[in-house]
Amino acid sequence: MDITRRRLLGLMPAAAVAWKYVLAGTPEASPNYRLTDHWWGMLMDITKCIGCGTCVRACAEENDVPDGYYRTWVERYHRDEWKIERPEVESPDGGKHGYLHEPAEGGKNFFVPKLCNHCAESPCTQVCPVGATFDAPDGVVLIDKKYCLGCRYCIQACPYGCRFLNPKTNTAEKCTLCYHRITKGLTTACCEVCPTGARQLADLKNPKDPIHEFLRTHSVQVLKPHMATGAKVFYNGMDGSVR
Amino acid sequence: MQIPVEGFMYPNEVELQWSILIVLYPFITGLVAGAFILASLERVFQVQAVKPTYRLALLTALAFLLVAPLPLQLHLGHPERSLEMYLTPHSSSAMAMFGFVYLWYLMAVLLLEIWLDYRRDIVVMSQKEKGWKRLVYRVLTLGSSNISARALHIDERLGYFITLIGIPSAFLLHGYVGFIFGSVKANPWWSSPLMPIVFVFSAMVSGIAAVMLIYMFSSRLRGREIDMRCLDTIARYLLYTFIIDFSLEMLDLLQRIYEADESFRSLDFMVHTRLWTSQVIIQILLGTVTPIALIALNQFVKLADVARKRIYGLAGCLTLMGIFAMRWNVVIGGQLFSKSFLGYTTYKMDFATREGLLPALILMILPFVILWVLVKLLPPWLESSPAPAISAAPARGIN
Repeated sequence: MDITRRRLLGLMPAAAVAWKYVLAGTPEASPNYRLTDHWWGMLMDITKCIGCGTCVRACAEENDVPDGYYRTWVERYHRDEWKIERPEVESPDGGKHGYLHEPAEGGKNFFVPKLCNHCAESPCTQVCPVGATFDAPDGVVLIDKKYCLGCRYCIQACPYGCRFLNPKTNTAEKCTLCYHRITKGLTTACCEVCPTGARQLADLKNPKDPIHEFLRTHSVQVLKPHMATGAKVFYNGMDGSVR
Repeated sequence: MQIPVEGFMYPNEVELQWSILIVLYPFITGLVAGAFILASLERVFQVQAVKPTYRLALLTALAFLLVAPLPLQLHLGHPERSLEMYLTPHSSSAMAMFGFVYLWYLMAVLLLEIWLDYRRDIVVMSQKEKGWKRLVYRVLTLGSSNISARALHIDERLGYFITLIGIPSAFLLHGYVGFIFGSVKANPWWSSPLMPIVFVFSAMVSGIAAVMLIYMFSSRLRGREIDMRCLDTIARYLLYTFIIDFSLEMLDLLQRIYEADESFRSLDFMVHTRLWTSQVIIQILLGTVTPIALIALNQFVKLADVARKRIYGLAGCLTLMGIFAMRWNVVIGGQLFSKSFLGYTTYKMDFATREGLLPALILMILPFVILWVLVKLLPPWLESSPAPAISAAPARGIN
């Protein structure tokens, strides 16, 4: 196409606007990503988690998570043989540096990685006074930082303790399932670095996703099912003491 | 700053999200609703004995209502975006809808009722006063200077109608605050269908106690004799509402103890440790049982006026302290335990920070400053009201 001087002049304002967005660091577009083709969740295999904390570190680095706050974390459980209702749990620094000290003796010890459950009926979305927290059509619960008031009602409403107020932005924050990655066909940072494959990103709308076979053949649970939030992070091998 | 933690908290739970400012918010809105309901006793339920406090109660409600959004505003991470709650509200959010309940109550109920009630006085003063005061009163007339008997009769009827709407609105205002907490299913300390009802009755208790104290204090300041019939009646209503409020709270407590669900062990531990002073000592013993016993004593024993005044003064102060402690225990207490029910955190109150004690104290003093201005501008005292221009407003019934 020939570009005349007149046409070039006409394009300049649009180019200026586009350049402004480039300078503002607008994320790369994902032209081939169709929101309605996906329904994201995650599979956590507790039998595989070794509590190394690599996922926590990768998440913090990938998403610039401030120190002392966690988009994902790993808990270590210890329960005596029959004391299912009173487990001993720890998560020093969110398990970021792994668990170097020995667990308590006797009973059962295991690790539980956690993150936002991207609930289909999310209480955080329900209570947000301005709709800054919203359910994307692909099943990911997101926060519009430019709209969030910082009232922290969503943090109170989350039964899983997944949210926090980012002290840098003064807005609510939590796991986005690395939305900037999954919309480009990549997996999340935490899943990518997990050395044992204990975390698996799952597209519940994709019939070819191995999650379907896994869910059919294993006994999986979600956290706090009595909360009826439609959690989409599924746990394999989860003990009844986990909360 | 290291926050002391006992047991296990989810890592993001250690820091409390709602501070003393959010304690103030239900405390202040409760005073508003309670003061209005006391005012409506005279207007709608024809309790003539409380007439000396009618206008004072309305002005008190307005002074506190004007301050009510400020703690929230200070608390927000982005206060400059707060108007978005009105412009683009999220209809499923209890907090968003509260904005409209607040506006309805302020604009459609309280301001309108006060204006209608004072309109005759405002018109008279706009003619009598000089200088800037005259200008203020002229503005307050809103261009309506008709104080004929017919116009005043319309004011009276309209005011009565607004009070009728105002009573459920006052219930809605504070019941809704209760709903903001009671609807959070993630938090068993808050999640209860009784929460809005308990909030309504505790609001009535605090509002009645506040107006009673303000009436006693202002009478002393003005060197006027306190109307003991009025004071006895207010104290009696305080006792009735307090008994209902306390019964509801005990009902909630008994239900929790008997059910003893998964959260009970954790909440019970919290009440016996971190909340022992604020809940058992201050809220229940000092702030509820003692004032109830003090006022109840007056119902059975005939005491001299001076003794009664002292008892009412003490009971009123203890009541306000108890209701503040109740708000504290709801808001702060609800964040001290982990949603895993395996641990407890600590609330460290700052002093001179945005959400510290200092702004909270300023916000508690501010309504009294506003009330002082309102009282100067619109004197609520019956004896200082100007004589009616033409004829008195239609007489209301007698108790």
